[in-house]
Amino acid sequence: MQLTQKHVEYWHKNLVVTGILLFIWFVVTFVASFYARELNSIVILGFPLGFYMGAQGSLVVYVLIIWYYARYMNNLDLEYGVHEGEDD
Amino acid sequence: MAQTQSQFATQLKKYYTFYTGGFVTFVILVGILEFAGVPNKILGYLFLAATILLYAGIGFMSKTADVSEYYVAGRRVPALFNGMATGADWMSAASFIGMAGTLYHTGYDGLAFIMGWTGGYCLVALFLAPYLRKFGQFTIPDFLGARYGGNIPRLIGVLAAILCSFTYVIAQIYGVGLITSRFTGLEFTMGVFVGLAGILVCSFLGGMKAVTWTQVAQYIILIVAYMIPVVWLSVKHTGNPIPQIAYGQQLQKVSEREKVLNDKSSPDGAREESVRQIFRDRAAAADANLKGLETGGAAFLAAEKEKLMAKVTELRTTGADAKAIETAEKAVKEYPPTPAAAKKAWTAAKAGSTAKAAPIKPHAEPFPAKDDKARDVAKRNFLALILCLMVGTAALPHILMRFYTTPSVREARVSVFWSLFFIFLLYFTAPALAVLVKYEVYANLVGTSFAQLPGWVANWAAVDKTLMAISDINKDGLVQLAEITIGGDLVVLATPEIAGLPYVISGLVAAGGLAAALSTADGLLLTIANALSHDVYYKIIDPNAPTTRRLVVSKALLLVVAALAAYVTSLKPGDILFLVGAAFSLAASAFFPALVCGVFWKRANKLGAILGMSAGLFFCAYYMYLTYPFFGVNAKLWWDINPIAAGIFGIPAGFIGIIVGTLITPAPSKEVQELVDHVRYPNLEGDINTAGA
Repeated sequence: MQLTQKHVEYWHKNLVVTGILLFIWFVVTFVASFYARELNSIVILGFPLGFYMGAQGSLVVYVLIIWYYARYMNNLDLEYGVHEGEDD
Repeated sequence: MAQTQSQFATQLKKYYTFYTGGFVTFVILVGILEFAGVPNKILGYLFLAATILLYAGIGFMSKTADVSEYYVAGRRVPALFNGMATGADWMSAASFIGMAGTLYHTGYDGLAFIMGWTGGYCLVALFLAPYLRKFGQFTIPDFLGARYGGNIPRLIGVLAAILCSFTYVIAQIYGVGLITSRFTGLEFTMGVFVGLAGILVCSFLGGMKAVTWTQVAQYIILIVAYMIPVVWLSVKHTGNPIPQIAYGQQLQKVSEREKVLNDKSSPDGAREESVRQIFRDRAAAADANLKGLETGGAAFLAAEKEKLMAKVTELRTTGADAKAIETAEKAVKEYPPTPAAAKKAWTAAKAGSTAKAAPIKPHAEPFPAKDDKARDVAKRNFLALILCLMVGTAALPHILMRFYTTPSVREARVSVFWSLFFIFLLYFTAPALAVLVKYEVYANLVGTSFAQLPGWVANWAAVDKTLMAISDINKDGLVQLAEITIGGDLVVLATPEIAGLPYVISGLVAAGGLAAALSTADGLLLTIANALSHDVYYKIIDPNAPTTRRLVVSKALLLVVAALAAYVTSLKPGDILFLVGAAFSLAASAFFPALVCGVFWKRANKLGAILGMSAGLFFCAYYMYLTYPFFGVNAKLWWDINPIAAGIFGIPAGFIGIIVGTLITPAPSKEVQELVDHVRYPNLEGDINTAGA
């Protein structure tokens, strides 16, 4: 089994998107929690922002990260011809 | 295959729509029975019996003698349904019943669980699910065995899988026993074994196939049961049916109320202060007793008891009223008999009273503490706990196993999305529920007169003192916040009554809690039994075993493990939250580094995996042993990190172990490197095949 240039490129793109999404994950989780006290001085719709991120904001971002990753990778499979044969 | 995957998915949607309709009809029927005057206890039994029979029915219909169906549900679970099954597998009694209560008590600091138990799915999606699906065998130790070669990595994997799943399953069965006993009046130990029967009927005949389809059914029940009371309460308080938005204004009101109650110059604050002063006096009295015990020992104890007895005699001779005499006699009767017992009782009394004497912790304030240093420690523990919970999520075998069951890599990716989405629905709501109930307590309950307590308060105080205790400590006839003791589980359990819903909804909530606990316990028991039957028996002891014998061994082990877990649970070991936390830290330290390096670092090899997994497991377990009070060592904490976040030391140890072990030994063989390419690409020309039968 020999990997072609295209295969290497596919994996590289996968690593890049993984890295970017991981960075976003890190920011909304750890940076937002680290500065939660400071963020709480911003109040939106009655929610102090630091509290809101922990209770809800970060969760929404997590869902979006996974949704985007699935969509991006499933398209990338097709683009690079490494998709599986579907039985439907 | 007789039907295509899309026909199968359509059919499933039809079945589960019917099922949901049927369940709603059932709830309405029970509601009608309630209005017809059937007693609550009968309604409770009805819910318990109906749901367990339902799960048993699904389990029976899914019986199978096929290895692939038994271990991985035939690998044809569509993404959406795998998402629901994962949701039920994931959300345990701790999430369903405990979470909102934890948030009620700890405010911002409890959000570590909310973020940790959802954000971990990002790691599952990005690092593991698609690759494990492409590898496509039966268990997590399978992957370790194939990727790193030889039986040692597999065996360490089996050991770690059993260790963390067993710790976790005890917490689940505990939850099952608690709910069963509370809603049927059975004794706790009986409740455990009844619940256990409920778990086994789901998994015994059909393995993963049966567990998957019951978990989907359980998810539907648990999410409906969670949402109805919260939405209703939200409408009642704010007129807005979306609690996740509506609770913003309630949070503001709660924060204002906190300020008033903490302000001694306001009338409400002054009343709180008078109760706190009483608690401060009690704490001081307990402290004086402790000091006396330290210097005087048993003699002090005897002298104090003497005084109490003298008081009883004095009251009798002076002809005081019966109640006062009774109280004095009770004090004598309950007086600690030995210095050890006295020390324990007074230490607990001191801690309890000190906590009650403290001002209210603001709900929305992160890391409230007396000074910057303490705040720093709180923040450090918060971040460490989030990391452990997240990495642990991405390493718990019973969750990762679920991604073997989808038809393709593509579906595995989408299925992580659905999993988190369905989990998110509950976790996104829990913080809102905590605030809505807090508003009810702070604004409506505090300040009412003891003569006119709301119905739900009186009911729960009569049922269970650990959930709701209320007494007029400063004798002013009005309720103060410091006079109320609320157990965490009450928040979810009492919401239907607070919202003014009929008992049938309380029964529904109990059924939801039971579904949450049963589904998680199912997945965990199956993981343990499969690790033993597949990895140890089939892969190591007898690779030539015929299919029928493999399944017989699996089922026999399932029974043994289940009975053992129920036995350990009936001994009531330790505290649930710690058991759960320990399972996450152990899984994170043992599995995550080896699994991720297995996919992303081709060079990683056998010695690396062995060193990494054992170092991770060892450091994590060692730190828990040193610091968790249960083990009695009580060593000094490292960097003030609590034992629940022990994984913060185990995870780096695991990575360092892999790197060091790998670099001092040669790169793995060409076959292993090809295996890595194989899992990285959903489809390769001239690809090798690792998929099991």
